[in-house]
Amino acid sequence: MPRLLSFAVLLATWWIGSLLAGDAKLPPPPTVLAAMIVEARSGNLFFHLGVTLARVALAFTLAMSLGAAIGYLMGRVRLADRLGDPWLILLLNLPALVVIVLAYIWAGLTEVAAIAAIAINKLPTAVVTLREGARALDAALDEMATVFALSRWKKFRHVILPQLSPYIAAAARSGLSLVWKIVLVAELLGRPNGVGFEIGVAFQLFDIPLLLAYSLSFAVVVLLIETVLVQPFEARLSRWRPRAA
Amino acid sequence: MRLEVDIASKTFKSAAGEQHDVIAGVSFALDAGEVGVLVGPSGCGKSTMLRILAGLDHDFQGRVSRPVGARVGFVFQEPRLLPWRSVEENVRLVAPLADEAKLSALFEILELKAHRNHFPGELSLGLARRVALARAFAVEPEFLILDEPLASLDAALAARLRDEIAMLMDGRSMITLLVTHDVDDAVRLGDRLFLLSPRPARVLAELPIRTRRSARGEAEIAAIKSDVTRRINGDPAERDTS
Repeated sequence: MPRLLSFAVLLATWWIGSLLAGDAKLPPPPTVLAAMIVEARSGNLFFHLGVTLARVALAFTLAMSLGAAIGYLMGRVRLADRLGDPWLILLLNLPALVVIVLAYIWAGLTEVAAIAAIAINKLPTAVVTLREGARALDAALDEMATVFALSRWKKFRHVILPQLSPYIAAAARSGLSLVWKIVLVAELLGRPNGVGFEIGVAFQLFDIPLLLAYSLSFAVVVLLIETVLVQPFEARLSRWRPRAA
Repeated sequence: MRLEVDIASKTFKSAAGEQHDVIAGVSFALDAGEVGVLVGPSGCGKSTMLRILAGLDHDFQGRVSRPVGARVGFVFQEPRLLPWRSVEENVRLVAPLADEAKLSALFEILELKAHRNHFPGELSLGLARRVALARAFAVEPEFLILDEPLASLDAALAARLRDEIAMLMDGRSMITLLVTHDVDDAVRLGDRLFLLSPRPARVLAELPIRTRRSARGEAEIAAIKSDVTRRINGDPAERDTS
């Protein structure tokens, strides 16, 4: 109920804003909805959303698995931490645009370049978070696993992974929002399809209803994935924690 | 099967870089079926010694020979359960071979029947200790280590848990090493007492108790206790009420 109310407030604000600013700058909701329906009928909307989602999924999976592995290693092995740290700081502070442009220059305007560039942008934050998690592993539980001669796999699955899971969830959460933002830039600069490409086209034609139609559809997809996938996953991970009063 | 311990010395460096002697000559031996008890004041290095005996710490002078490949059961002072696994899963994880009959017998004796599906965060310290005990006994250990299993419990609860531990130890033939600062617990549970000095720990005296645990009368227990306290410091030991 409060969610619906807050949505209604947003819609009302938009409408009033469009009345004040004029249709040319901010079209009212029905105009944008009409543009959305036209794009959906032609199938373009779903095609471009699908392409963007596929890129997000690939880049996210790549960055998370690689980042988790590197972060765990750096948290556990001192030498790895020392070797990796300068690289990590460099990557963390490198602007996304630089990575994307360089990737397109070196690897061509290809799918591989786009996905690699998005993944590289997300990678360092996953590494940093997982490194913190690996450093915080409880030595007492480690000793328990050693004394009771747990196999490596069992120890990983039941002792280490549950301790890392809040860090993995945090990395996934912050990483996903980063990927949502960067994927559109990568598409705008060097792909012939995807939501970012369409927004670029709309920008060049100054077609604001089209621009908003794609932006809002994209926002809806992000919201859906956050509520249907990410939040239930987080709730499941923390089900053993005593509930906050 | 026999445990032989001869630790000449154990030192560790504090964060400030100072050297601390923790153990200064502890040697003893234990046979299967015997319950050895290390009795000593708090902070005398008992827990450090247990870590060495369990094979968690190899940085010491001396020699420890324990049966090769022996299954070890360890009840840590703080229960060290996995908070994200239920009571039953905590036990089953270390003892995958334990069958349902054995587990329910264990849970029955340790009064955990109602708590099988609870998470450790929902348990009191006394209950969590019981789970740690169930876990250690479930692996059918050949070498059982108990680190202050009754500390920080009120007297009545400690007495009840002590009887339950005695019951569990009775049916099994393993090397058992119990660490406690409480003379009463030591005399009621142990077969062979090793009295330790304050840090750095040395063995002050070794005291075998000939009577079987279940056959010890109150008079005998009182006599041994006064003997032990006299040997340690001359004062009657008080139960730690912390």
